[in-house]
Amino acid sequence: MIELTNLTKRFGKKVAVDDVTLTIRPGVITGFVGPNGAGKSTTIRMILGLDRPTSGEVRIDGRPFAGCDAPLRTVGALVDSKGAQAGRSAYNHLRVLARTNGIPQSRVDEVIEIVGLTEVANQRVGSFSMGMGQRVGIAAALLGDPQTVILDEPANGLDPEGILWIRNLMKALAREGRTVFVSSHLMSEMALTADHLVIIGRGKLMVDMPMSQFIDEKAQKSVLVRSPRAGEVAELILSAGGAITRRDDGALEVTGLTAPAIGDLAGASGLHLHELSPRGSSLEDVFMAMTQDAVEFHAQSDLDAIEAHHLPRARHEGTPS
Amino acid sequence: MSASVAATTHDRVARFPDAKVSQWRVIGAEWLKLRTLRSTVITLAAACVVVVGFAAMAAGVVSGDITPETNGAGPAGQMPLMTVDPTSIAMAGTSLAMLILGSLGVLFMSGEHSSGMIRTTMSAVPQRLPVLWAKALVLVVVSAVLMTASVFAAFFLSQAILEGNGPTAALSDPGVTRALWGNVAYLVGVTLMGLALGSLLRSSAGGIATLFAGLLVVPGLLGLVLPDSWGNAIMPYLPDAAGQSFTLVDPSAGSGFGPGFGASVDLLTPGTGALVFVVWVVGLIALAATLLHRRDV
Repeated sequence: MIELTNLTKRFGKKVAVDDVTLTIRPGVITGFVGPNGAGKSTTIRMILGLDRPTSGEVRIDGRPFAGCDAPLRTVGALVDSKGAQAGRSAYNHLRVLARTNGIPQSRVDEVIEIVGLTEVANQRVGSFSMGMGQRVGIAAALLGDPQTVILDEPANGLDPEGILWIRNLMKALAREGRTVFVSSHLMSEMALTADHLVIIGRGKLMVDMPMSQFIDEKAQKSVLVRSPRAGEVAELILSAGGAITRRDDGALEVTGLTAPAIGDLAGASGLHLHELSPRGSSLEDVFMAMTQDAVEFHAQSDLDAIEAHHLPRARHEGTPS
Repeated sequence: MSASVAATTHDRVARFPDAKVSQWRVIGAEWLKLRTLRSTVITLAAACVVVVGFAAMAAGVVSGDITPETNGAGPAGQMPLMTVDPTSIAMAGTSLAMLILGSLGVLFMSGEHSSGMIRTTMSAVPQRLPVLWAKALVLVVVSAVLMTASVFAAFFLSQAILEGNGPTAALSDPGVTRALWGNVAYLVGVTLMGLALGSLLRSSAGGIATLFAGLLVVPGLLGLVLPDSWGNAIMPYLPDAAGQSFTLVDPSAGSGFGPGFGASVDLLTPGTGALVFVVWVVGLIALAATLLHRRDV
């Protein structure tokens, strides 16, 4: 269990993490998603005590990590790249780490086998590919058989087989009752992996809910409508309670109404439709839209009158301000 | 894969009940770190070779120079030709060893920053300071043992080469034993200063440049810039001059700062100089510890 309370980190004037309060529970995989620069790594570094919070606090299993007397048993972490010196072998790197916490040498052999590096354990880490480097970092994270596992972008550099492997590994760790906290900048990857979703944008907590709930609520269906008399069709749709996004090519993207309902509306008024196609918006699109808003409200200037009235309501939902 | 994870971790609560961090364990880990990087092993070996090798070479050169005049003649009457202190000949390699060990000190910490290892290390030891203490202790013990052996080997070897070709020094001569131990202590101290600078600056190049600028360049520049009265008040307290007060057999002769500057400074007494040098080393380590505790890793 990781508890963040009003966690804030400023670098000069820039607010990297802005008043985040969050509880990360054991037994499930919590996906931590945000675009690059959103504050994911800073948050993870504060959890590990590597960055000192400007204000607020972090507790792991009820205690601040800085005073922890059994750190590797409490938290295993993969932070940034491989986190090992190039000149040392993977085996010796893990031996060094094990020794700081009095973890038996036999466990070093175990984790090397778990991550599949047995064959190359005596080679210098500097000679490893990025994917092998990630496996060294994951082996280090597992070393103390920790209650909490934190992985920052673990899929980086892994091939598809490696990504599947790390996904299954995390699921196994969560099943055993551990707290698993994993960051990614890819929503689609997290949708396949995480049970619980946390989204951060521009340092602010934007979403903290079960992944299934997020998919139900946010990955809404839309209908693409084209008509030579789009303006009139748009008025009909709005009066019937739909919301509209106008695309650059003049098509209307409608949410809140089904395709048959839109077709009936247009038909009843004698308006021709050239296209009426239902589509599901991907999680990646939803995520991009949400976090773009958090970064800056740049889309506003491009919106026409219809959108200006109806978009903010739809798109800013769930955005704390 | 996932099956083997489950197999190895399902009884995790009881798995490593003794797995706790302690100062001694961190010391053991840092000792292992030092031994498992080829570069540090080579660097340490190089420092030893340099101390002994240069002593032998310098003694050979000096012996060769004076051989034509002194060979076969009695020892009396030859003294004016020999202006070089035989202990200084024995310590000919220590200034190069200082560069090597100082760089090693810097790299022992800055190497963790440049590779990202520091975040792994500090996640395993979130108290942070035990890592600095462990690195300092490991460097002190290793450099002290190796340099004691090298410095005394250099002394006996060079005196054996000088023997019969001019004056030699013995451990019982005034100031000689103190100067030899002084050289060992100075080399250990510079290694620690390197560690402190590596931790403060987090950069290998920056740490090494700062260390040698502080030891070798700044004294010369100050000698040029400062008026004599100020120079004599400040310069004996710089780490390099403080070191010379206990590494030279006869520090009362004073010291010049760098070739070409010509400024000669009255050195402190060996005891005071040693105290000043210790203050420098401890001060830098204390500053490094303070910032290591406070800063983001």
